[in-house]
Amino acid sequence: MSTTSNLLLEAKGITKYFGTITALENVNLKVHAGECLGVVGDNGAGKSTLMKVLSGLYKPSSGSLFFQGKEETLESPRDSQNLGLEMVYQDLALAGNLPIGENIFLGREPTKNLGFLKLLDFNKIKELTNAHLDKLKINVKSADQKVEELSGGQRQAVAIARSTAFNAKVVIMDEPTAALAIKEVGKVLDLINSLKKTGVGVIVISHRMDDIFTVCDRVMALFQGTNFAEAKLSNTSRDEVIGWIMGKK
Amino acid sequence: MEDKDKKIESLHLKLIPYFEKYGILLLLVLMILVMHILQPDVFLSWRNVTNVFKQISWQSMLALGVFMVIVTAGIDLSVGSIMMLSLMILAVVAKAGAPWFIVVLTPLIAGFLCGLFNGLGITLLRMPHPFIMTLGTLYIFRGTGNLISGGTPISGFTDEVRYLGHGRIDLQWLGLEKSQYLPVSLVLIAIVYIIFWIFLNKSKTGKWIYAIGGNPNAARASGINVNKILVIVYSLCGFLSGIGALILAGRTDSGYPNAGLQSELDAIAACIIGGASFFGGRGTVLGVFAGVMIMGILRNGLNLMDVSSFWQQVLIGSIIVLAVYIDVLRRDIGTRK
Repeated sequence: MSTTSNLLLEAKGITKYFGTITALENVNLKVHAGECLGVVGDNGAGKSTLMKVLSGLYKPSSGSLFFQGKEETLESPRDSQNLGLEMVYQDLALAGNLPIGENIFLGREPTKNLGFLKLLDFNKIKELTNAHLDKLKINVKSADQKVEELSGGQRQAVAIARSTAFNAKVVIMDEPTAALAIKEVGKVLDLINSLKKTGVGVIVISHRMDDIFTVCDRVMALFQGTNFAEAKLSNTSRDEVIGWIMGKK
Repeated sequence: MEDKDKKIESLHLKLIPYFEKYGILLLLVLMILVMHILQPDVFLSWRNVTNVFKQISWQSMLALGVFMVIVTAGIDLSVGSIMMLSLMILAVVAKAGAPWFIVVLTPLIAGFLCGLFNGLGITLLRMPHPFIMTLGTLYIFRGTGNLISGGTPISGFTDEVRYLGHGRIDLQWLGLEKSQYLPVSLVLIAIVYIIFWIFLNKSKTGKWIYAIGGNPNAARASGINVNKILVIVYSLCGFLSGIGALILAGRTDSGYPNAGLQSELDAIAACIIGGASFFGGRGTVLGVFAGVMIMGILRNGLNLMDVSSFWQQVLIGSIIVLAVYIDVLRRDIGTRK
């Protein structure tokens, strides 16, 4: 699993300052194809900052990112999306007033030409949405349903569908189950497992040990902005990981 | 039994979007019926109907501009002042003897630049809310308008300049009488509204305007340049106010200091009555048109019945509150909490 050949994303020596505050210091991270990496840490440990660096929202103060072995500089979320690096935000980043399909394709809508006018191709959006939702086995009444009419779990599923609609190679998920009812958590975790099977590398940030131990293959802990510990899931235990979060080895 | 309930529920769910889209038209039709019953001889006469359209012509432009801004969860308080400033610039340029095609272009350019100023102020100066920027420009633009005109009315434009606001399309070739003409402003309203309907519903930029109103963070995370879209929206709003100025120049044949005074409030009211949500992301072009019509018909009908303008104020205010209450009820049914 951890051969260098299928290494998708590698961050080396990422440091990020906000003014005089050091949010991240010399952090390293690796994700392979078909692998799920769990990132744990207490509030303020730097998890979200690290993810925002990976998705191009923040520029690191120093350190470098390698995607499929090639060094990349990310200027904006659009750059990371173009590489196949997608982020599922904790607040979901969906527009509730728009239908599912238009959310999935927001910012990257297919168009058709009508004379000199470039108009949205609603049929294509619907067609691609249905095909994509089917592939991920996500059940909704219709692609035309507005996102605000969906349950929390369905919204999370739409957010994940959105992140994988454009041949994503790495999907980063920030607390994917935090806002969900218990019965919906399982469905989202199943979805993550099926993503892994398609060869996508997944990074899951979570507080929930259940999530980490259900879907992840490897877990790494951040503590006060630094790499604190890392292990294969098979070589560690919940108690040990919880200890790491608190800064104990 | 459960199946039946489910069917009824899904029927409701299916009906909600239609109610959301066309409910306001029901109210409009109802008002027309009531007015017709109250004033059977006058209200639906050719003369009165064209009159209503002439009266709402420039307001409909301001309302459409403000509507786009409201869809982004913003507000533009300066549209009345943009219209007045554009009108004054038009009047000064016309008085200076410029050819008509230049005179006609000036309010459109002036309006666009005022809107651009609003948009850049809101985004570059990072104003905490568009309310503040446009409240400032409400004063700035009207003051500027008075400065360049000396605060006095400037009258007398050529027929070409007055065409959009005052022109008539003769329909005698259809066998109608001479008095049964079509106001050019009515045709203009139709064209502008259709163009903006296509823009807002069928173009990427239009869809992004709705997305920004629904969730600006989602728009940003999708790689949409939110500030750029906002600048476009406020500029278009100013441009539409400029068209309003051109129509008003035709109707009144004069640039005057009180032009469009408080008309920003009418524009906002029309949007709200038409179902646009102040929280952004919600509302239709058709709804705005219905909102403008409802206010126009209410004023016209009450005038026909000789009801005092004080009662008109009370009634329009009540309709705003009622329309928003209906909106609140609709949200309760339509969305999950």
